[in-house]
Amino acid sequence: MKTKVGAFLGGLLFGVGLAVAGMTQPAKIIDFFDFFGDYDPSLAFVMGGAILVYAPVYRWAVRTWQRPIWAPAFSLPTRKGIDARLVIGSAIFGVGWGLGGYCPGPALTSVGAGSQEAFTFGAAMLVGVGGYQLFMRLRESRTEGPADAQAAAMIDG
Amino acid sequence: MESFTPIASSIGGLLIGIAAAGLLMFHGRIAGISGIAGGIFRRVPGDTSWRVMFLLGLLAAGLGWSYFFPQDYLVGISRSTPALVIAGLAVGIGTQIGGGCTSGHGVCGIGRLSKRSTVATISFMATAALTVLVVNEVFGGAV
Repeated sequence: MKTKVGAFLGGLLFGVGLAVAGMTQPAKIIDFFDFFGDYDPSLAFVMGGAILVYAPVYRWAVRTWQRPIWAPAFSLPTRKGIDARLVIGSAIFGVGWGLGGYCPGPALTSVGAGSQEAFTFGAAMLVGVGGYQLFMRLRESRTEGPADAQAAAMIDG
Repeated sequence: MESFTPIASSIGGLLIGIAAAGLLMFHGRIAGISGIAGGIFRRVPGDTSWRVMFLLGLLAAGLGWSYFFPQDYLVGISRSTPALVIAGLAVGIGTQIGGGCTSGHGVCGIGRLSKRSTVATISFMATAALTVLVVNEVFGGAV
């Protein structure tokens, strides 16, 4: 129960942070990438502020804690090398981000805010996410079985 | 730079960082929205409820915050429905292939000093900038 409430509060704070930061306004995202218009560097301050908090906490917790407070172990990304999937997948994501002005977090929290545009974008996004994952599950079940399911689920972000 | 909001954006960033740090400290998880969403479709026993609750929190934040500050959710750009659908599909599929989005790679990954996430962030930033260039300079800002 407490893990569910905790996760809900985490999402709630994350969503409020996105709104305060202005990241739920696609125009601010587009203006960050538009070097020939009315330039808006806000996105860099959002990422900088978040990393400023996250980086030291991560270092401290992962190095000195035996385990997280509510879980038996940290679930951290295990992949190391740079591969084509990482670069190409991220490139496809970037095209969608620049085209729609939403990345996944702002899109979902803006759906909660009742934005029509975010709903259209978010529905298509969930079709993409779910379609890809279901396709991968199907492929795994037809080949060697779900031996790599855990590794596949352990994605970076 | 009339719309630049350095203070609000820094405060918002700190809040996002606190939320991500909390998910790490309490659940031992990476706060990547695309990864949290993708894992729901994997249906690993015992691994679904926290994901659903986090995303419900994200939705609830939008619902509650927009009641008091609806201007924080203004779109401000001109995008047709087909453009939004293509963009959403690209973000959905791209983040699953690439293993993360702005939060997972851009904040948590760079915060972990991950080389993979740094490369991913450079990749999606570059194509986002290129897409905005084409949309704004070739299509006049409306697609």
